[in-house]
Amino acid sequence: MKYIDEFQDPMLAERLLEDIHAAVTRPWALMEVCGGQTHSIIRHGIDQLLPEEVELIHGPGCPVCVTPLELIDKALEIASRPEVIFCSFGDMLRVPGTGRDLFQVRSEGGDVRVVYSPLDALTLARENPDREVVFFGIGFETTAPPNAMAVHQAAKLGVRNFSLLVSHVRVPPAIEAIMSAPDCRVRAFLAAGHVCSVMGTQEYPELAERFGVPIVVTGFEPLDILEGVRRAVRQLEAGRHTVENAYPRAVVAQGNPAARAMLDEVFVTADRGWRGIGVIPDSGWRLAPRYREFDAEYRFSVDGITTREPAACRSGEVLQGLLKPHECEAFGTTCTPRTPLGATMVSSEGACAAYYLYRRLGGPTTAPLEASTRD
Amino acid sequence: MTSTEAAGPAAAGTAGTATAEAAGPGDPAVDFSGWTCPAPLRGRERIVMGHGGGGALSAELVEHVFAPAFGGRALSTLADSAALEVDGARLAFSTDSFVVRPLFFPGGSIGDLAVNGTVNDLAMSGARPAYLSCGFLLEEGVELELVARIAEALGAAARTAEVEVATGDTKVVEAGRGDGVYVNTAGIGVIPHGVDIRPQRAAPGDVVIVSGAIGLHGVAVLSRREGLEFEVGVESDCAALGGLVADMLAVTRDLHVLRDPTRGGVAAALNEIAAAASVGVVLQERAVPVPEQVAAACSMLGLDPMYVANEGKLLAFVPRTEADAVLAAMRAHPLGAEAAVIGECVTEHPGMVVARTGLGGTRVVDLPLGEQLPRIC
Repeated sequence: MKYIDEFQDPMLAERLLEDIHAAVTRPWALMEVCGGQTHSIIRHGIDQLLPEEVELIHGPGCPVCVTPLELIDKALEIASRPEVIFCSFGDMLRVPGTGRDLFQVRSEGGDVRVVYSPLDALTLARENPDREVVFFGIGFETTAPPNAMAVHQAAKLGVRNFSLLVSHVRVPPAIEAIMSAPDCRVRAFLAAGHVCSVMGTQEYPELAERFGVPIVVTGFEPLDILEGVRRAVRQLEAGRHTVENAYPRAVVAQGNPAARAMLDEVFVTADRGWRGIGVIPDSGWRLAPRYREFDAEYRFSVDGITTREPAACRSGEVLQGLLKPHECEAFGTTCTPRTPLGATMVSSEGACAAYYLYRRLGGPTTAPLEASTRD
Repeated sequence: MTSTEAAGPAAAGTAGTATAEAAGPGDPAVDFSGWTCPAPLRGRERIVMGHGGGGALSAELVEHVFAPAFGGRALSTLADSAALEVDGARLAFSTDSFVVRPLFFPGGSIGDLAVNGTVNDLAMSGARPAYLSCGFLLEEGVELELVARIAEALGAAARTAEVEVATGDTKVVEAGRGDGVYVNTAGIGVIPHGVDIRPQRAAPGDVVIVSGAIGLHGVAVLSRREGLEFEVGVESDCAALGGLVADMLAVTRDLHVLRDPTRGGVAAALNEIAAAASVGVVLQERAVPVPEQVAAACSMLGLDPMYVANEGKLLAFVPRTEADAVLAAMRAHPLGAEAAVIGECVTEHPGMVVARTGLGGTRVVDLPLGEQLPRIC
């Protein structure tokens, strides 16, 4: 397939792997920021092919994983109301809140619909003027601009029965929080390519300098990821720490000015809770005061819902690379993909869920897979 | 479409064991009452969409509700159809309900599916499909012309598949209490002597063959679903596989397993076979034929072609000694022209399906939990 097959070529992958093997002389822990990258790494088995010195720590960039339990409980409460049509991207329907998920709300009579764009939700609102249409606006800098556009359009068109349940988060404050943790092991970042296609790369030089870490803007296909790893390892081995763009076919330094203008128009930065990590100051967006009437939390008065994350879940340590998933007491016993205790076991992109799959295979007779658990 | 049979009691039993090992709610050592976060959702009190998705939730429904209530030996196999002895003749018997939306899609309609779905379930036991029953559940207000078009498609598909619609039934529900048109079919076929095809017969050393390109039906239907229309140039592969199976059986009676990978796709079908026979399956990912348009649509939607439904493909587990002959017979048939060896059956990792990726890595191809959902990123 044009523009996909080229970036999965096994021969080119081998050349990149040889380069990486030749360059590395000592152990390095790299964090891939985005869940899409984690997905690609697991799907193609890339981590098993890297030299054992190169460890990939799966970062907090899976929107499903990091959306706080409290917000999901708010979504469940709003979606249960008879006047509401609750719209969401598909994979949020399965994420459990406190004892329920959106599938269950739907089976109890709630009008929960999967849509593919927030603008589809806006169309639903215009077609159903007697109903309240709410869109579940979560995710990183990538999903924020279309959500901002939907609110902007709603205001412009005077659609009063549309609102956004919003919990957008931003990558740079998460990098800062991870690097500020006392025992942080991360030595380089593969920055999320699509986030940078919106935001550009201007937020990163300061972080690279302050924490002394290479930051390589990286894409999502296997060759993209190997190229990101190769560049990060070469910087580390040379003692450098600069921002590099290894995804130039999608990312330019200034990002997407129209999308950024839309974000500035509709959102303001705010403190956000990250599931498994906690509140990170100024790490997300909420609707600007002038768009407050489109804020579902305000409209449906769900501010009172507060939910504590379970103490047993140590996903925050996993996300920082301080703990291997299988070293957690709950791993594979009380915490499995079917009965997840926390963020990283919820999504197939989460580090714990990924480890769970490999561990099921693991055993003394399956040596190639043992390597992936890096015992 | 074949969720209950596709996730029969044998698979459910295995899934249940695995869950118990992982300390499910039935394990007295674990106290779930104090949990504040993601409670185990097995304790659902209502049907959710995933119960019909052909994955683990479907399997649990069969294991915990239907199998105990029905008893009987027919439900205790994991085949797409039940094999029954009647006066010395061996009959295959199967039923399937069709709730697809939209009713007409590129390459077919609910009428084609209603015939081919049940015919294929029969064919997967090696049976020669013979007779179908057909039940229509119609919603008050549906246009007669629409019903006639579906009936014509159904009749034409039956003639192509060389089966006779021998009996039928029609019910009408009040407006608002249905969704236009649902169709149920049941079918009977005759299993030839010396043929014993069932998931439990998968054995280490077997070669795994797929009869052609995967993912076409699921992508074709998605491309016409309300709110998600996109131009992809893909038609459903909806087809009756009885003729292809007959040609394979003409080469050898010793086919171990046949399976049509409908809901849950190739991944679900292989997982169920691996679990039923306690064998491992190793796939060569690059050998799996995925059309460019299917790969592109899946990439856009965040779906995995291995989990996307097919309606005119089969998976065959064949002894290595017979593989070349079977493959040649398949390729000589129009519905098997693109047949390919995609993997093998092994003794390692019983009950699990493992893919060797194009780059040389390895990943587990798990049973889908419920519906496959488009991902956010």
